[in-house]
Amino acid sequence: MARIDVNHVRHSYLPNPRKDADFALKEVHHTFEDGGAYALLGPSGCGKTTLLNIISGLLHPSHGQLLFNGKDVTNLSTQERNIAQVFQFPVIYDTMTVYDNLAFPLRNRDVPEADVDRKVCETLEMIDLASWAKKKARGLTADQKQKISLGRGLVRSDVNAILFDEPLTVIDPHMKWVLRSQLKQLHRRFGYTMVYVTHDQTEALTFADQVVVMYDGGIVQIGTPAELFERPRHTFVGYFIGSPGMNVMPVAIDGKTATLGSQRIELPGAPKAGSGAIELGIRPEYVRLGRDGMAVSISKVEDLGRHKVVRAKLEGRDIAAVIGEDETVPADPKVRFDPAGINIYADSWRVEMGA
Amino acid sequence: MEKTWNNKAWFLVLPVLVLVAFSAVIPLMTVVNYSVQDTFGNNVFFWAGTEWFEELLSSSRFWEAMVRNLIFSFIILAIEVPLGIFIALNMPKKGWGVPVCLVLMALPLLIPWNVVGTIWQVFGRNDIGLLGYYVNALGIDYNYVQDPFDAWVTVIVMDVWHWTSLVVLLCYAGLVSIPDAFYQAAKIDGASRWAVFRYIQLPKMNRVLLIAVLLRFMDSFMIYTEPFVVTGGGPGNSTTFLSIDLVKTALGQFDLGPAAAMSLVYFLIILLLSWVFYTVMTNYDAER
Repeated sequence: MARIDVNHVRHSYLPNPRKDADFALKEVHHTFEDGGAYALLGPSGCGKTTLLNIISGLLHPSHGQLLFNGKDVTNLSTQERNIAQVFQFPVIYDTMTVYDNLAFPLRNRDVPEADVDRKVCETLEMIDLASWAKKKARGLTADQKQKISLGRGLVRSDVNAILFDEPLTVIDPHMKWVLRSQLKQLHRRFGYTMVYVTHDQTEALTFADQVVVMYDGGIVQIGTPAELFERPRHTFVGYFIGSPGMNVMPVAIDGKTATLGSQRIELPGAPKAGSGAIELGIRPEYVRLGRDGMAVSISKVEDLGRHKVVRAKLEGRDIAAVIGEDETVPADPKVRFDPAGINIYADSWRVEMGA
Repeated sequence: MEKTWNNKAWFLVLPVLVLVAFSAVIPLMTVVNYSVQDTFGNNVFFWAGTEWFEELLSSSRFWEAMVRNLIFSFIILAIEVPLGIFIALNMPKKGWGVPVCLVLMALPLLIPWNVVGTIWQVFGRNDIGLLGYYVNALGIDYNYVQDPFDAWVTVIVMDVWHWTSLVVLLCYAGLVSIPDAFYQAAKIDGASRWAVFRYIQLPKMNRVLLIAVLLRFMDSFMIYTEPFVVTGGGPGNSTTFLSIDLVKTALGQFDLGPAAAMSLVYFLIILLLSWVFYTVMTNYDAER
């Protein structure tokens, strides 16, 4: 197990990067603590996989340094870094049996056969494929193949970290849930340092203690699921996390009051907003629908079973609100913003509220 | 569901039936006809029964050509398949090198067979051939016209030069279809270069290799043009393969009966081997 320091790492796939846009990874400076469960969350193409491959050594960063427990490993090969990685699509060795597939990483490292057997049997139990051990791996379903991939990542107990690159994409929803909780359990039991790449927020939020949100080649926010939800540092985090995403609307600020069109909204404090485009962000969960407040016109109500999502227009802008399953929409609907849920953004970055 | 019976559909199959009849079935039946008859010219034929077949199967000339041919096929497979795999593994996977390599590899395949023969016939000559002249200048006594061993070396090197590309191209096609994730996973798993070849690359090339072996075996078993142009089957009979022997019998000596019998036996061998390969391949598929 190891603490992983990513030290001012930048990476470009081009031979001679010049502009900022040439970099797939703009600048990442972050420490993954020993034994932590991290999720790298972000849309496709934001650089999550690039960062992961740099940690595992499949990619050599254009700039920056990588430290494992304080030791510089930037120039070490993947083997020397002793990392396990599970890929998006199942990688199995067709001609081998399930058992041999799992034994492969151990045998390559000349682990004594008795230990190999013990480890493999343990892992087979864990991924629930014990009865398939002697079968050829190529006859398996996609689910089972991905479990083998996972198993090959878990079979070595001495790894510095286990990296997952959207490992559950090809797994069906029920199995996803089972595997995810198994991973979580493993993490608690063995204290592996785990980094889990995903673009699925539910997956990230249930798996990780710390979620690292990436956007356009950089880290925009690192925090617990609750922090990401309550205090998104960047409007992107607001949009990306939560369903539906955060309502963001341009406002003018004057002391402790925000003006949106003809409406005035009381803020919990005076934001220290400097220049730039000022926006107010509020999650649909904090938009209260009732008989007093700002008048809205309802466009539609989506009943999601557990709760309802109300889509409405406020001052000509789309706004979403979440209401309870048994609440009803009043005839003359108005909304209020719960001050606890209000965040103010200047140029897309969150600004602190003053007194 | 009720099936519609309509015999008019046969008309759609007719062109193909006619084509196959004229290109394959009728010529083959002519050969069958010849193989059971004897003639002394003037288009007068006598019934000979199985005489030609008996004669053929007990003739040492036929069996020697057969053994020669099998040895030849074995040698060129033993060289071309590993060499082809080796070249394919070392070909670039991306960049400007890919088209360059592919074109270079395809070149020998595009040259007509008798031209290949002529090239090597000249190339290997002692007096004016680049290869023959310099090999002799190095002090090695090389003369494919007189020495059977040299003749074999020439014919084999020629075939390797001509056909290894085919194996390369097929293997390369198999190799580029392997997703990067496999190589990455292998690195993570700490696999050696050999393990990557044995457990990732070879299994992916399996099918194309089988096709390559099949094609190369059939081609080399039927080889005619190139050795005929270079050595004419000599010196003596040392490079007389089955098809060269067949043509000598049929067109050189004009022994239609024996030649027809030989053709049929030859045909049956090819048919049998094709069937074996086909069975192996389909079994392999079923296993997947």
